[in-house]
Amino acid sequence: MKVLSNYFKSLFLLELFRGLSVTGRYLFKKKFTVMYPEEKAPVSPRFRGLHALRRYPNGEERCIACKLCEATCPALAITIEAEPRDDGSRRTTRYDIDLFKCIYCGYCQEACPVDAIVETRVYEYHFEQRGDNVMTKQDLLTVGDKHEAQIAADIEAQSKYR
Amino acid sequence: MEFFISLWEALPAELQYLIWTLIKIIVIVAPMMLAVAYFTYAERKIIGYMQVRIGPNRVGPKGWLQPIADAVKLMFKEIVIPTNANKVLFLIAPAITLGPALAAWAVFPFDEELVLADINAGLLYILALTSVGVYGVIIAGWASNSKYAFLGAMRSAAQIVAYEIAMGFALVGVLVAAGSLNLGDIIKAQQGGLFSWLWLPLLPLFGVYVISGVAETNRAPFDVAEGESEIVAGFHVEYSGMLFAVFFLAEYANMILISALTAVMFLGGWLSPFQGWPVLGPLFDWVPGFVWLVIKTAIFMFLFLWLRATFPRYRYDQIMRLGWKVFIPITIVWIAVVGLAVVYQLPWWFD
Repeated sequence: MKVLSNYFKSLFLLELFRGLSVTGRYLFKKKFTVMYPEEKAPVSPRFRGLHALRRYPNGEERCIACKLCEATCPALAITIEAEPRDDGSRRTTRYDIDLFKCIYCGYCQEACPVDAIVETRVYEYHFEQRGDNVMTKQDLLTVGDKHEAQIAADIEAQSKYR
Repeated sequence: MEFFISLWEALPAELQYLIWTLIKIIVIVAPMMLAVAYFTYAERKIIGYMQVRIGPNRVGPKGWLQPIADAVKLMFKEIVIPTNANKVLFLIAPAITLGPALAAWAVFPFDEELVLADINAGLLYILALTSVGVYGVIIAGWASNSKYAFLGAMRSAAQIVAYEIAMGFALVGVLVAAGSLNLGDIIKAQQGGLFSWLWLPLLPLFGVYVISGVAETNRAPFDVAEGESEIVAGFHVEYSGMLFAVFFLAEYANMILISALTAVMFLGGWLSPFQGWPVLGPLFDWVPGFVWLVIKTAIFMFLFLWLRATFPRYRYDQIMRLGWKVFIPITIVWIAVVGLAVVYQLPWWFD
């Protein structure tokens, strides 16, 4: 009996017509394509995009050159050199992140004791010259200055889960 | 104006005939090319919609210029001829696929009086030309000097042999039922509205014809000759630029041809579906026959896209099984049934 019904089903293409009806219904379903350059998908406050170095409100850079981020970085993308500054405080003289090596895991942000290095929600950036992929300390600080309000808000939004 | 008329009359009669025929050919081929271009656009849009996305919408308003952008891009691309490829065959293979797809329209009746060549063996001519198309595929695969291309060509050859027979038998059914090889006469034999068309008495053959038509044009789910996931792009891996575009044109022109032929053989071509019906018949009398033909053709063109959006590719042995062990027996049995019905003048269709 089973054989007979299978035979009937395949001869009259019943299963195939069911398949066609599924795609036929989807033809009229609402499309949820996001028209990217004009529209953008919502971004989580935990989004890990372009890196930034932050400053304290008084303008002093936060990074104290503890090198925890460099140590924890699984892709070895961070290079730090440090020296005491004239006023005796320890600061970085070089802080490079190679964005081609970086895997955007966010461990640097996790490791940082002073919330200096963060990953922002910026995901639209590009390089035009070879070598531009290495973000220098100055580049990172510029990004931080530009997006400080957003970065602070994002960290605030996450703080209760930490 | 009078100058041109006198110039025209000064030409010898043979030349006049030649020019007239050329003009007629252009009048058929130019809209065909446009239809092919926008068929690719329709394919991308409809398959996109079935996959809950919206398809091309950037080039021109709603993406209407997309096919033109594609054509321009392909024209400017380099044509790469592989080393040790057979150059002559490599270059003429796309033309061999495209030629028959366009030449078949010569005997196609667009309307009661609108046929380029009203020959009596029209059906035979169509069968012959649709089978010639596969030579282009085989030659392309062989001339490319590539294993993938060769595999694709071999698959396509075996597949076409299997489905050509089923398709031919399905058309034999039409021939028996209509009693003519002339496409115009086949349509005229279907007079009398939706239920007098041949699709109803020949329903199994109709199904077989549509499905083997899909197989014949190497379209999903029978596209083993291309088989992206297995043999890259099959017979046209090595083709690029305009040569590739010609293969593409041929594939879509073939789809339109098969759709139009299905409309002629089984759905009464340019006949109105309400012909001779009490109220609806006179109501739709003003619609020209050509419009009905286009509507019927469009239905099958849409079906091609729908099938592609729905079904995964058949395994090679399944295709062979379907062709040889299912379709051919079905068609043979049904030809016998139709033959008996015609001999004993079964009421409704054959009396």
